[in-house]
Amino acid sequence: MPGLEDLYREIILDHYRNPRNRGELESPPAVRTEGFNPLCGDEIVVFLDVAGDVIADLKIAGQGCSISQSSASMMSAAVKGKTVAQARSTIRAFRAMMSLHVQQLDGPGSDGDKTGPETGPERSGAEVAADEGVALGDLEALQGVVKFPVRIKCATLSWHTLAQALDEAEAPASGS
Amino acid sequence: MEVSSLAAPLDVARIKKDFPILERVVHGKRLVYLDTASSSQKPLVVIEAMSRYYETTHANVHRGVYEIAQEATRLYEEARAKVATFIGASSPDEVVFTKNATEAINLVAYSWGRKNIGPGDVVVTTEIEHHANFVPWLQLREETGAQLRFLRLGDDGTLDLDNLVQVLDGAKLLAVTGASNVLGTLPPVRTLVDAAHAAGALVLVDGAQYVPHLPTEVLDLGADFVAFTGHKMLGPTGIGALWARRELLEAMPAFLTGGEMIRDVRLDGFTTNDIPWKFEAGTPPIAEAIGLGVAIDYLRGIGMGAVRSHEQALTSYAMKALKERYGDDIVIYGPPPSAVRAGIVSFSYKDIHAHDLSQVLDEVGVCVRAGHHCAKPLMRCLGVGATARASFSVYNDEADVDALVDAIRGADALFG
Repeated sequence: MPGLEDLYREIILDHYRNPRNRGELESPPAVRTEGFNPLCGDEIVVFLDVAGDVIADLKIAGQGCSISQSSASMMSAAVKGKTVAQARSTIRAFRAMMSLHVQQLDGPGSDGDKTGPETGPERSGAEVAADEGVALGDLEALQGVVKFPVRIKCATLSWHTLAQALDEAEAPASGS
Repeated sequence: MEVSSLAAPLDVARIKKDFPILERVVHGKRLVYLDTASSSQKPLVVIEAMSRYYETTHANVHRGVYEIAQEATRLYEEARAKVATFIGASSPDEVVFTKNATEAINLVAYSWGRKNIGPGDVVVTTEIEHHANFVPWLQLREETGAQLRFLRLGDDGTLDLDNLVQVLDGAKLLAVTGASNVLGTLPPVRTLVDAAHAAGALVLVDGAQYVPHLPTEVLDLGADFVAFTGHKMLGPTGIGALWARRELLEAMPAFLTGGEMIRDVRLDGFTTNDIPWKFEAGTPPIAEAIGLGVAIDYLRGIGMGAVRSHEQALTSYAMKALKERYGDDIVIYGPPPSAVRAGIVSFSYKDIHAHDLSQVLDEVGVCVRAGHHCAKPLMRCLGVGATARASFSVYNDEADVDALVDAIRGADALFG
């Protein structure tokens, strides 16, 4: 039976207490995208400033539990200054890490997240990360969340929101 | 089936023994289950009755003429009669089995609502509703062009009724909760019903948190529709009920259609079955209905007056204990412990998110709900995204509350 230490790793608590890239960007020009966790009401707002193919700046606003907030903070640190392609690779690797079906669960797991892509991939997060040429680094601390299937949505909320923001940033300009 | 007859105060130690799951050990601790408002646990008699039905009696109902089909039909209809008696209905015919309270409310919104509500017609609901008694009316508004009005949350966690007459003026329906699943507030249903009827409106009561915990006499409440669910009242999941007055059910068109609900089907149309079967298309949840009937036997064995007294006392104890231990570090939502509060205590501790708090509580076996409790309009009124919520049943005692109170401090180490 997984315990609290599997979930609340020190690096996670550090990002929760001292969130990186917290704030807002003027929108427009920045893309502003909201994400909602239907389970608990957590809200994440991602402000994304893409210059050329590089994420020039990124800010996180909203409120939520330590897992959603620290995941958003770590995400911001991981993708800021990276290219859009690198960010997408990191998103794919992170989602793979959050998949129920490639993890060894202690007990019978529920199919926790039907809206996200976490239930799909056959390869582990580390394998996807290797394939994608990205290092998950600190983000691997969030791996323990998979042992708490109900909370996977907390960890992936900001990543879904970032993916959506990237799509919007890359969409053909609508009148601007 | 053996039902213990217990005088108040409840012999909770004995009741606990009736619930096998309460013997479970989680993280090395005894299971302290404080999430009955989400779903109750089941006594062994319910589990065994369902098992025995499948082992000895299962056949489809209202179809075969062989012995076990007759027995299954009788058990299913006996369960309906138990529900009717439990809520003081005039007749079992007025009790429609549904999947849950949500389906019961949707049945009214789709069947009665699509027939009786048109553009500009007014439906009144409240800010404190569970989404189950809110989204169906939003959907009805979208589809029919109806107008929605809302009774607001007052300062003290009760409904603000100052403008009740104006809000109800010209309304066709008032849809209101019998007991708030977040605040525990018990709105004055009889007062609301009288005002609504005076305005010419029917009244639907969401009884999901009411029927399992308070003596219920639908005729005294005066409501026109009452919806509730089995799994919150010691019964299984997958079975709920809609009670409505006979003339309303008879005038309402079918909701779901198919087998069972018809009298005759021809190439040019169909005629519907009598109530309540008109609203029970397809093979119903037979074992679940039987299980619900046994859960009702169990509750009646204790006595709903005793259930209410016990839960009211436990709620007062919990609110006092939380405040005494944590003072201003804890915020408890809803009215003070009283006759207008059900056995539900939602709270926030410091600025620690309810998810994190409940995860810490789980470490010592304490189960509470964390989140928005499917009541986002209310959470916006309260100005919080999520709360923790403890809720009580007959199998909870002061030791369970003490376990909760002691465990909250554990969150300080990680998040304080």
